[in-house]
Amino acid sequence: MKFLIPMSLFTAGLAMADGPASVDEKIAALDSAVKSAQMSGDNAWMLVSCALVLLMTGPGLALFYGGLVRKKNVLGTMMHSFILMVLATVLWAVVGYSLAFSEGSSVVGGLKYAFLNGVGTDPNADYAATIPHQTFMMFQLMFAIITPALIAGAYAERIKFSAMLLYTTLWMLIVYYPMAHMVWGKGGLLNAFLGGKIPCFDFAGGTVVHITSGVSALVAALYLKPRSGYLQEPMRPHNLVISFIGACLLWVGWFGFNAGSALGAGGLATSAFVATHFAAATAAAGWMLAEWLKSGKPSVLGGISGAVAGLVAITPGSGFVQPMPALLIGFVAGVVCYFMVAIVKMKLGYDDSLDAFGVHGVGGTLGALLTGVFATNLINNGLKDPSGKPLPLGLVDGNAAQIANQAIGVGIAIVLGAVGSFVCLKIADLVCGLRASAEHETEGLDLSMHGEEGYNLEA
Amino acid sequence: MKKIEAIVQPFKLEDVKEALKGIGVDGMTITEVRGHGRQKGHKEVYRGQEYQVDLLPKVKLEMIVPSDRVDEIIKTISSAARSGKIGDGKIFVLPVEEAIRIRNDDRGETAL
Repeated sequence: MKFLIPMSLFTAGLAMADGPASVDEKIAALDSAVKSAQMSGDNAWMLVSCALVLLMTGPGLALFYGGLVRKKNVLGTMMHSFILMVLATVLWAVVGYSLAFSEGSSVVGGLKYAFLNGVGTDPNADYAATIPHQTFMMFQLMFAIITPALIAGAYAERIKFSAMLLYTTLWMLIVYYPMAHMVWGKGGLLNAFLGGKIPCFDFAGGTVVHITSGVSALVAALYLKPRSGYLQEPMRPHNLVISFIGACLLWVGWFGFNAGSALGAGGLATSAFVATHFAAATAAAGWMLAEWLKSGKPSVLGGISGAVAGLVAITPGSGFVQPMPALLIGFVAGVVCYFMVAIVKMKLGYDDSLDAFGVHGVGGTLGALLTGVFATNLINNGLKDPSGKPLPLGLVDGNAAQIANQAIGVGIAIVLGAVGSFVCLKIADLVCGLRASAEHETEGLDLSMHGEEGYNLEA
Repeated sequence: MKKIEAIVQPFKLEDVKEALKGIGVDGMTITEVRGHGRQKGHKEVYRGQEYQVDLLPKVKLEMIVPSDRVDEIIKTISSAARSGKIGDGKIFVLPVEEAIRIRNDDRGETAL
């Protein structure tokens, strides 16, 4: 709106002074100025969003996970997050971005953007017409960093560092790039907006980020077997204060993750921002309430775990659902994830040390399915019929079939995550040996893998 | 000479120190310790997983005193540290063979 007033004054004054040819020129100049202004606005928000999403991994996730382990493993666990800021970045620049986002098959991209060839400051109109292509590339990179870092919750306190590096490298190639391409890449099988055969709504990564990492985490926990002494000796979180700081940073960073996924600074970004915040709040409430009823006390760890579960669950639907459904999605996620983590996990006996599956796998699945229920074109009118009328999105718009599409997306993410993770674990195990020796595990990963300790209070 | 070891509740430490100061005992060594006697620990729950915490934080005071002051000191510590509940702690008295002041090689009670 801001541009309309000066434009009309400007053209009115212009018409009196000069001839019509000059008016056309001036309008063209104005048009380009308007485009450039929008680009500056969108790019400013997107660069901030990039930084916010990186903040989720370091320090957010590093602190959250770091506080939940025993103190002999605090640095090793933080390293599992930090090293992905290094490793995933290099892989992305060399081949990752291309395999995820250049045109290729419906399953994986090609090599057109390998070494970031042709990825410059001109926008890529297929993905985001109002921001530099490099901004889009960086934004997507931040997702490629945090996704494998989430898996660390399952192998914490017992994986060998070399094996973790190899596992993650393979996992990016086999699981992440294909999944990102299928959902978000041009021509991807599940891409609802760019010609996918099975249109699946995943605004910010419920399938791509949370289901793949959560399911891969479960497979890793099963493959690695429990930490030695699991359920026999106490394995209490060593510092819930840093976990608290980490979780709150995740909450803040998630605004970049979800609202940034609008790829611009318009109304859709605001809708996603609102949904994100609302779901986090009710999920924290849901988890704490369930815990209060079940074990007698609402805990801080329960509150922050619930908030993360809600943020996970709203991720796929954040740019599709209205605020009231967001409140509901969050609450359901808080309660369900609590039961998965506190009750089902105990019954089944697997050691998903920091609950990567219980929170990300379960919350992501729940959110992806509920997106099929609550997605509405009142929030997102990106899909239109040939006459320009917005198409119905989810069940609330009268499109019940979308739930089936969402379920297919979920199914593909689960199968790819499970099979892919197993293959990567097997290879890493054969090459390096996956699990730290019993001696190293007892000593702690900080000393045995990195030769240092987190807390040298006498120093 | 005797060694008095008193294990008390951390929140009683200041009271005990003040009471000992009041009767002229000003040398002591204090360590933060964990342990339990008959007192039961407490339950902690993290994401539904319950932990029984048996070893509770306590403070241990150690002092070497002339034998004739032992009863008075015991009385002072126990009345200052008592809350009347299980977990108040214990006092042990041990014989001490010799004491040496490092600064000037004083020995025996002069070294205390």
